[in-house]
Amino acid sequence: MKCMKFYGEGIPGVSLEELTGKLIVIEGADGSGRSTQIELLKDYLENTGRAITNVGLVRSTLVSNELNKAKQGNVLSEITRSLFYATDFADQLENIIIPALRAGFIVLADRYIYTLMAREIVRGADRRWVRSLYGIALVPHLIIYLKVSPGQLVERNLRKSATLDYWESGRDLGISRDIFMSFMRYQRLIQKEFSLMQEEFGFHVVNGNRSIRTISREICAKVEEALHGEEDQ
Amino acid sequence: MSDRKQMSVTEELPGKLIAVEGLDGSGKSTQVYLLKRWLEMRGLKVFFSEWNSSVIVKKATSKGKKRQLLTPTTFSLIHCTDFADRYERQMLLLLRAGYLVLCDRYIYTAFARDAVRGCSRVWLHNLYGFARHPDLTFFFNTPLDVSLNRILSGRPQLKYFEAGMDLGLSADPYESFRLFQERIYHEYLAMKDEFGFVTIDGTQPIEKQQEQVRKIVAKRFDLPRFRWRTQV
Repeated sequence: MKCMKFYGEGIPGVSLEELTGKLIVIEGADGSGRSTQIELLKDYLENTGRAITNVGLVRSTLVSNELNKAKQGNVLSEITRSLFYATDFADQLENIIIPALRAGFIVLADRYIYTLMAREIVRGADRRWVRSLYGIALVPHLIIYLKVSPGQLVERNLRKSATLDYWESGRDLGISRDIFMSFMRYQRLIQKEFSLMQEEFGFHVVNGNRSIRTISREICAKVEEALHGEEDQ
Repeated sequence: MSDRKQMSVTEELPGKLIAVEGLDGSGKSTQVYLLKRWLEMRGLKVFFSEWNSSVIVKKATSKGKKRQLLTPTTFSLIHCTDFADRYERQMLLLLRAGYLVLCDRYIYTAFARDAVRGCSRVWLHNLYGFARHPDLTFFFNTPLDVSLNRILSGRPQLKYFEAGMDLGLSADPYESFRLFQERIYHEYLAMKDEFGFVTIDGTQPIEKQQEQVRKIVAKRFDLPRFRWRTQV
């Protein structure tokens, strides 16, 4: 079986050959149907007897509370906020993802470093700096990117919460005083960044403008293929 | 859009950054305090910043330490977050406003400690790549047993991470502290030429060291330039 790898310098003291589980990432904006698809994928995998661990962003024991509080007041400067997110990610990587992979679980990550990197780069962070920062991350077995047009995203977000989230609209960037315009422009910037990353990181792009069932069928098939592809080697 | 790219770390700023580095017990905090007093009493714009003191990050850091949640990577990241907060919100602004910014410990402390904990040096140097190097860095060099004696003679309560207990070098906190400090000392010695530290012999009397420090600062910088422009 092929050994997992880190993107860069990695985490000290981790023996990669011990990581026998699989890491599957689902990326996509708020309202892209990510959570729904993760639920369906989890059902599918558990139904076929695989053990799942779920992870997401800003859920660490170490800093998630502090990070959420700081986000509300928008008091963090750019680099500080980047590092806060990276700390949250590292904490979960070491305390949840790696132990689960060691135990042979399938880890379903609701977003991963790509969202974090895209957000930082759109906000003017140095690409090389961000890449090296997240060189601690493990390379997943499969990365699914749920791509939904900004127009549909607006519709789905409004349907869900009747408003647009401050950060998901990139309002800290000051690109427009108009919330709606800001959301559209920000999501386009993020999508552009994802397109740039697509090849480098090998995303499997899924057209998220279709029905839940159609998308789920495609994702499950792709995941199955990734799991088998590994087993055959 | 963001101005993040426009501020280069090598761009000349009106203010100047002076850092002190050295082991615990090397006397660097005493020296930087005396330097600060001297500069202040000459009517200069001075700001002093201490390692690990950002208010925003403090809660997370102390929780992580108390509950021993930190690994080498998260230890490194959370200290870097703390540093970044002080750097972006204070130091950089003050440097742009023409202050003399004094730092008790700077990025080299992280380079030394985190490398001892096993973090990659390449990763660390890049991690702190957003920070400019000081215009002047003093390294207070005291032989290991001297600094250890200054700290340990009072039999202090050593905290878990402070004693480097997470490295598993020894089950005895004092022994662990010794071994940890020894490794940090070697990291400092290895860095001192690369980063152009000005070494001060920390075994000399306090006044003697301070005299040297003041002389070097006065020679390196045109101090009258840092006077307040407004009356206070």
